[in-house]
Amino acid sequence: METVVTLTLNGEMVSARADQTLLDVIREQKIDLPTLCHMQGLSERGGCRLCVVEVQGAPRPMAACVTPVTEGMVVRTHTPELEHQRRLVVELLLAERNHVCAVCVVNGHCDLQWAAAKLGVASVRYEYLHPDLTMDASHARFVLDHNRCILCTRCVRVCDEVEGAHTWDIAGRGIKTRVITDLSRPWGDSPSCTSCGKCVQVCPTGALFEKGATVAEMTKERDFVGWIIRGRTKREWTW
Amino acid sequence: MNRIELQAIADKEIERQQELKCRVLCCASTACLSSGGQEVRKALQDELKAAGLTKDVQVVATGCKGLCSRGPVVEVTGPAQERVLYANVTAEAAQQIVRQHLVGGQPVNDYRLDADSPFFTKQVRVVLSNSGIVDPERIEDYIARQGYAALGHALREMTPEEVCLAIRRSGLRGRGGAGYATGLKWDLVRKADGRDKYVIANGDEGDPGAYMDRTLMESDPHRVLEGMALAGYAVGAEQGFLYVRGEYPLAVKRLERAIKAAERQGVLGSRIFDSNFNFRVDIRIGAGAFVCGEETALMSSIMGRRGEPRPRPPYPAQSGLWNSPTLINNVETFGNIAPIILNGPEWYAAMGTEKSKGTKIFALTGNVNNTGLIEVPMGITLREIVFEIGGGIPDGRTFKAAQTGGPSGGCIPAEYLDTPVDYESLTALGSMMGSGGLIVMDDQTSMVDVAKFYMEFCMDESCGKCVPCRVGTAQMHRLLSRLIAGEASAADLATLEELCRMVKALSLCGLGQSAPNPILSTLKYFRAEYEARLKSGAAHGAPSQEAA
Ligand SMILES: Cc1cc2nc3c(=O)[nH]c(=O)nc-3n(C[C@H](O)[C@H](O)[C@H](O)COP(=O)(O)O)c2cc1C
Ligand code: SF4
Ligand code: SF4
Ligand code: FES
Repeated sequence: METVVTLTLNGEMVSARADQTLLDVIREQKIDLPTLCHMQGLSERGGCRLCVVEVQGAPRPMAACVTPVTEGMVVRTHTPELEHQRRLVVELLLAERNHVCAVCVVNGHCDLQWAAAKLGVASVRYEYLHPDLTMDASHARFVLDHNRCILCTRCVRVCDEVEGAHTWDIAGRGIKTRVITDLSRPWGDSPSCTSCGKCVQVCPTGALFEKGATVAEMTKERDFVGWIIRGRTKREWTW
Repeated sequence: MNRIELQAIADKEIERQQELKCRVLCCASTACLSSGGQEVRKALQDELKAAGLTKDVQVVATGCKGLCSRGPVVEVTGPAQERVLYANVTAEAAQQIVRQHLVGGQPVNDYRLDADSPFFTKQVRVVLSNSGIVDPERIEDYIARQGYAALGHALREMTPEEVCLAIRRSGLRGRGGAGYATGLKWDLVRKADGRDKYVIANGDEGDPGAYMDRTLMESDPHRVLEGMALAGYAVGAEQGFLYVRGEYPLAVKRLERAIKAAERQGVLGSRIFDSNFNFRVDIRIGAGAFVCGEETALMSSIMGRRGEPRPRPPYPAQSGLWNSPTLINNVETFGNIAPIILNGPEWYAAMGTEKSKGTKIFALTGNVNNTGLIEVPMGITLREIVFEIGGGIPDGRTFKAAQTGGPSGGCIPAEYLDTPVDYESLTALGSMMGSGGLIVMDDQTSMVDVAKFYMEFCMDESCGKCVPCRVGTAQMHRLLSRLIAGEASAADLATLEELCRMVKALSLCGLGQSAPNPILSTLKYFRAEYEARLKSGAAHGAPSQEAA
């Protein structure tokens, strides 16, 4: 059953399928809304809160990526208040760990950097938390640098949902949360990792990168998850 | 089991109690046990044996009587006996009570508590009506006080729809914090499509200082089970889960015993009261994360996943445990159900204010003479709670503020002491009802320190899923620490306020959304204390608001 709903998006009437999220519709309308934890083809997490929009009648902004469309919804995506709050979120992320872009392997190809630039984050007013974090270079081909991780869990989800290995997981809570491989053993010792590299490609920052890449060298292939999913659901490939 | 058999058990138990000369009720809840309750009970038993009174006098290990700061509390009661309460009982005092009171007939005045003091007379015990009276490990005690009669009645005389209607008409609202109308929630789950449905009792109780739910589970476990079974019947669920936090081993032990006893008696399990209704209850033990009290995180934890909230909708009533419609209520909410069914919704709705019906249990702590667990009618004023039930502020100090709602709530200053305690009034003051923590603060308390205490709690308990809460609480904590150290500028204070508003608006779940409340409410009423700590005029200790 496919029902169609109508909603008002930034003052314009648009229609959508009832099973779409607000973010789907916003993207269809080519409205530029920053996102970090969302990745086409993966389940939604609703964690970064950058995609928040104003929905008339809702007590607080809603994360578009996890909000289903409903009939008659009135949505605004870029109020000054929302833009301001998004900037604060990015500032918090920049202060959480060590995001020194000038020495990062993905400098210039980083989702966090893009979001900051797009939102006009010029400075960070919060104290840098400088947590004492390590790097895991035990894998033959890839490196994990916790200092750049923003805990979006794109790696966790792609590994579980697309590769089916579920090597990645989350440990700890609050500001002490970390991504881990298997039951927190070195990545290189992981028996479940297939070395497919999907996590590296979906990682929005320089937290996961290919060995040997130096500053600003590493670019990421973001579209491939969509390719794989489309290929599988439409049975375009046989093997 | 049928209703006649239930009545027979009740009659037999009442007869047994009537034949005793008297019963000595000793509180065996966590608080009284930690102040020596076990030794007192043993001393009573030994002394009774020596006096040859074991046949006439029964020593009963009961649940909590409320006045936890004066424990161990002991009550002497009997058919031809004036009810006498003793507080701060020691093993020696216990011996004296046996010799002088039980043998000699003369109450021991040194330890006697005035049962007519406002601490007792101002309370209305509905949920806690059995607490401190029944032995939580004997189902017969509970049945003798009309236990499981509501369930028996509902299964025979009421349709599930009628049970939901009764709860709706009673005006009962959830006691877990948000105050959602319970009957409405039950109706939603009842109407939801789904072959398997579930009922969850939320006994995670993570607020610092709160122990309402622990006490109810320890003191009257069958009351919670009966409420859950009634809910199961009303919404069409056959499986219930009782989620208890791991720090409550005594509650778990008593609930386990209660479930076994109830199954043996046929009031839980298959074909309850010889009807077609089956209902099982299993206990799930939490691992001590505050966020696991949040309903979606709790369900995730029951399913064996990481205790992390997820965005709603879908609400548990639509899609909860294993994607089935799920009813989740607080333990205290379930404690209200059997009395409502037995006495009728009108009786219940007659208590309280227009929008907040019935009673609420509070854990009264802090700078107040009588600390303990109290159950009061909704609409009672803060002043009555603090100065009559609580007996005022000790050491000649003055009242400064009352903190309600724990880490999600706020501080209410003296000028609002006459506010009626109900959901709407407390929210309007920038605090909230919460689950029932009530901390009284005197004029020596620094409100900035209070705010920092709660922020530290939220920072440690944030699950880390969403950025505003994970990083925002850490930054708010930093800013408060700097303020307290006298290192913050006016610009830092502005940054703090701005961050509070953002974290409140953008966080994913209730933890983050309410984490700024302790700061915002103390800023609202005690802004001068924050400003006094700014870099230039940094002062230490409490500001000069000395008692007159
Ligand atoms: C961070 C957080 C912690 C919570 N902790 C508890 C808790 O310990 N006990 C509880 O009953 N509800 C708790 N709640 C509320 C539950 O999510 C839920 O609303 C409640 O169990 C519903 O029951 P009620 O309708 O009977 O109040 C918590 C909510 C949040 C956001
Ligand atoms: S390693 Fe990368 S993909 Fe994984 S959680 Fe961190 S930032 Fe996200
Ligand atoms: S608000 Fe805090 S506790 Fe709730 S989902 Fe976000 S990080 Fe987790
Ligand atoms: S993209 Fe929606 S919350 Fe991250």
